[in-house]
Amino acid sequence: MKEYLILRIITKLLLPFILLFALYVQFHGDFGPGGGFQAGVIFAAGFILYAMVFGVQAAQRILPDGILRAGIAGGVLIYASVGVVSMLLGENYLNYSPLAQDSKEGQHLGIFLVELGVGITVASVMMTVFFTFSAWRED
Amino acid sequence: MEEAIDIILLALMCVTVIAIVVMRNLMAVVALGGIFSLLAASVFVLLDAVDVAFTEAAVGAGISTMLFVATLALTTRIEKRPVHTPVLPLFVVIVTGAVLIYGSLDMAHFGDPNATAMQHVSPYYLENTKKDTGVPNVVTAILASYRGYDTLGEVTVIFTAGIGVILLLGSWRRGLTPPPPHSDPREGEEEA
Amino acid sequence: MDNFFNLYNYWIVIFLAMAGLYIVIARGNLIKKLVGLNVFQASVFILYISFGKVIGGTAPILEKGIKVYSNPLPHVLILTAIVVGVATTALGLALVVRIRKEYGTIEEEDIHSQDESM
Repeated sequence: MKEYLILRIITKLLLPFILLFALYVQFHGDFGPGGGFQAGVIFAAGFILYAMVFGVQAAQRILPDGILRAGIAGGVLIYASVGVVSMLLGENYLNYSPLAQDSKEGQHLGIFLVELGVGITVASVMMTVFFTFSAWRED
Repeated sequence: MEEAIDIILLALMCVTVIAIVVMRNLMAVVALGGIFSLLAASVFVLLDAVDVAFTEAAVGAGISTMLFVATLALTTRIEKRPVHTPVLPLFVVIVTGAVLIYGSLDMAHFGDPNATAMQHVSPYYLENTKKDTGVPNVVTAILASYRGYDTLGEVTVIFTAGIGVILLLGSWRRGLTPPPPHSDPREGEEEA
Repeated sequence: MDNFFNLYNYWIVIFLAMAGLYIVIARGNLIKKLVGLNVFQASVFILYISFGKVIGGTAPILEKGIKVYSNPLPHVLILTAIVVGVATTALGLALVVRIRKEYGTIEEEDIHSQDESM
């Protein structure tokens, strides 16, 4: 990709905005359209763009396999453990009310953590799938 | 005005689908699939489903197209000419379509606020979201709080898909050279 | 005429869904079948979301001063369905790559004839 100067420069310029927009969509999913899934997909799309223009090796130096696989499992773990914490605090599974003083604050915190878990898993899975497809050798 | 945009978008989608059926160049088919997803996302915005439009545009027009292009790079690009006559599939499809249209004659009209679908659970969610959770986006509140258990199942499905792709295609670690060819190539790749 | 425009959306979407189903059952190339499956899924989603639209309502994000909202429940169900759809597509494409490696082709006819001649 050494010849594609315009692609490389534009990607370098755009990438921080794409990742920032993904974080915005993740954390403002309560007040506007958005949430975990959309944020995870946009985050993965930013990194996939980087990998397409600069090579998969360069992208894997930033996010090696181990981190991605930890992300895939970690998101589900965060989600499930929010439910377990709720159970340990006395209520039913995935009832967010006991997580904070006020029941409404507890719900807000529970929704935040759960969407975070979803976003991490979705982003890691999309990136892993792309890297796996691009490393496949036919022999 | 909204009806005009609705009719135009749906007509564009019909044209796209007919082009997908007819074309044999798979790269064009995949690109048309991405266009179809984008038009579907626009229709979702017209139908007031902004979260769904966001997800469909990101997932359908972004990730799906990327996956298809990656697969095309690993397989062929032209579809073979169809061998069988299309009479039986056409018959099946027309019969199914006719039955569905007959079933839709009994439905409430489009946009009717007194339809049965609007009655039982949805007014409860719309009234009580502010009181119970304090979150303005009702779809996020339902997804993460009222129906959080279903979302746990969905995250598990995504997790399983990731694990499945790793199992199917990730034979050896990236960065290392592939293992030397064994005498029986089928067995060789299963031990790595 | 009244019935036509009120149910027009549903009929067009049923046509799109049937075209997607035709691609799945009538074409032999595996990748084209998967594209047809995606088309079918997207049409079913449009059908489902159009059940939830309320004329004169807005997106279901609570704001002061707005009284009529569209039904949020189909949105939630379809959000899950879209994500499950992409998971299925990813797995299907991984299977297509493996089939290509084993059989050397991704046309259904050739795969069946290779299976029968083995």
